[in-house]
Amino acid sequence: MRRATSPEAPEVSAIATTARSRLPFDKLGVLIAAMAGSAAFLPFATFRVNRIVLGEGRALFAALPFGEAAFLAIAIAAGIVLAVSKTPARWRLAVSLAILVALCVAIGHASTFLTPPGDRMARVSPGSGFWLSIFAFALLAADAIVRLKLAPIVRIGILAAVALFLALLLASGTLSDLSILREYANRGDTFWREARTHLALALGSLAVAVVAGVPLGIVLHGRRGWRAPVLSVLNVIQTIPSLALFGLLIAPLAWLAANVPLAAALGISGIGAAPAMVALFAYSLLPVVANTVVGLDNVPPAADDAARGMGMTDWQRLVGVQLPLSFPVILTSIRIVLVQNIGLATVAALIGAGGLGVFVFQGIGQSAMDLVLLGAVPTVALAFVAAVVLDATVEMASTRSARRGRD
Amino acid sequence: MVEIDDLTKDYAARRVVDGVSFTVGDGEIAAVVGPSGSGKTTLLRMINRLIEPSSGSVRIDGKDTRAVPPHVLRRGIGYAIQGYGLFPHRTVAQNIATVPRLMGWARARIDARVDALLDLFQLPAAEFRHRMPNSLSGGQQQRVGVARALAAEPNVLLMDEPFGALDPIIRTKAQSDLLAIQRRFGTTIIVVTHDIEEAIHLGSRIAVLDAGKLVQYATPADVIARPATPLVAELIGGDRPFRLLSLGKVVDLVEAGPASGEPIRADASLRDAYAELLWTRRDVLPVIDATGTVVGRIRRDAITVRAGAPS
Ligand SMILES: Nc1ncnc2c1ncn2[C@@H]1O[C@H](COP(=O)(O)OP(=O)(O)OP(=O)(O)O)[C@@H](O)[C@H]1O
Ligand SMILES: [Mg+2]
Repeated sequence: MRRATSPEAPEVSAIATTARSRLPFDKLGVLIAAMAGSAAFLPFATFRVNRIVLGEGRALFAALPFGEAAFLAIAIAAGIVLAVSKTPARWRLAVSLAILVALCVAIGHASTFLTPPGDRMARVSPGSGFWLSIFAFALLAADAIVRLKLAPIVRIGILAAVALFLALLLASGTLSDLSILREYANRGDTFWREARTHLALALGSLAVAVVAGVPLGIVLHGRRGWRAPVLSVLNVIQTIPSLALFGLLIAPLAWLAANVPLAAALGISGIGAAPAMVALFAYSLLPVVANTVVGLDNVPPAADDAARGMGMTDWQRLVGVQLPLSFPVILTSIRIVLVQNIGLATVAALIGAGGLGVFVFQGIGQSAMDLVLLGAVPTVALAFVAAVVLDATVEMASTRSARRGRD
Repeated sequence: MVEIDDLTKDYAARRVVDGVSFTVGDGEIAAVVGPSGSGKTTLLRMINRLIEPSSGSVRIDGKDTRAVPPHVLRRGIGYAIQGYGLFPHRTVAQNIATVPRLMGWARARIDARVDALLDLFQLPAAEFRHRMPNSLSGGQQQRVGVARALAAEPNVLLMDEPFGALDPIIRTKAQSDLLAIQRRFGTTIIVVTHDIEEAIHLGSRIAVLDAGKLVQYATPADVIARPATPLVAELIGGDRPFRLLSLGKVVDLVEAGPASGEPIRADASLRDAYAELLWTRRDVLPVIDATGTVVGRIRRDAITVRAGAPS
């Protein structure tokens, strides 16, 4: 079947290419231009007299001194033209990154510009126009990175450069008048404590899931009969809404704490870190176990047979052949779980486990959106970094043999 | 020496290998042939206990294979399979070094052995040592597979359709390379194959399996001349005279006398000589040795007699 259709495939794609190249526009570029264009009609920044009242939007030219606003407007217009036309991906990446930098600096300047001198109550936050522009040009940059087919290590390098830039920008004080940083200034030490708790929850539950899930996957690989029942139990756990699972664990763990002295001594109680860890661990188990099984199943049977036939013991075969060959697939599950846990750990704040979710829920309670952002923005950033780094690592792990072969 | 004694394997109610006994002498090559599903692979894998026999026994150099734990037994037996089973995450050198490393050889000894094997298999060590298997051609992978099987200098080598995936020209080359290496090390080989031509070319003896039973175990000439069952005759096919001729060498029938025209080498097969006679419409060919000196002649009539059924 495949053999019969494959000779036609190059022709079809050739036709598609010519049809595409006859279009004068870049398709995704048009979408990005539409977003960035409509952002011009939305407020660039929002001004509020204090942190809980409703804000008023400020357009770009009202939010910045004329010169800077004009500069940014021209830069964005140039970016739109570049996005729409067919330009080399390298240019698209450079320009989109430059515009993202300009946007970040500009929002800092806008906050200083809009805040009356000496006013500690007034709040300036990024407006929908700013967010939409950021999204549009981040999309352009991401698309350019995909088109450039950059090596994983280069992608990590770009990420590190972006992180370094943001750190410098934050340290320089350019952004200090932004509402989210005003919130940060009020709770600097709690912020870092909760951030550490957040990471500890996400990474800790991941580590436990790997330590328990990989061996479980190895056992299931050997015993086909156990596979279906165990995987369906893990599947059911995945379908329980996170809030419900966190809640469900309170009662049994409280009982444990009350009746088992050792549990109480270990700091286990019905609320707090223990149920959060257990719940995150439970969610992590299915991806890790399932991918371990799939990875082991995909080990080339001839290599496995040769390993046995040459006199490797079961343990030598597992460690020397099966696990290294399934490593990229297992690593993929670690990527899924880490990104998922960074998000889910936010909810853990509801049962007193701490983490960045604390700010989100406090913010919702006080209807202070700035505080919500103080929790949400770092969470999204963490998940993003985890995704980029682990994607690159997965790619390096799975192409390692191919690359070394070319040397 | 490998002595296979009344070896039997049952799966559920099915007897897949049924009371097979034969002995492969030191430095001999036994080629196992038979229709698909006749139990060739099962028989082979019982020898290094990848499959535990239901009954019967195997002795290698006089020692029962059950005397040592299976993994220790297997380190002493070379094993090469169809698809080669190279480890894709390890370099060519690491692949070849697998068994020596399992056996705890010293680093320097392993390196020297790997390089020697690579050179022996015409894979220059400097170029191939650090290559990954997926960067090799099929023929190169096959050679690495056999080099790996021979790395720890085993007395016995088991091969399951080792040339099955190669194209005909590379396949013929791989067969003669194997023969050359086998002569050099004196390894005892049991090779499973689908291809009767390959079995005749490689085997000192051919074992024919039919539905798990050994129906004939004899030299290629005997199997061709006196097939024990209709199935064996069918395996050999209608080309029996030519298969017989392919076993003989020109040197066997060389005689004194005049002849003219293009000569043939004394180490060519009778089959090639016969083809040459037919093609050039001659009755005699001059015969030369490796140095090009004429050593005599070969007559078409003499060859024809050799191609007939033995009386
Ligand atoms: N684990 C097993 N369980 C049940 N039956 C098996 C098992 N392994 C092999 N068989 C059966 O035993 C018979 C012989 O198999 P074997 O692989 O030895 O044949 P073969 O001669 O090597 O065939 P081929 O030439 O196709 O490789 C086949 O009918 C096969 O289906
Ligand atoms: Mg077989």
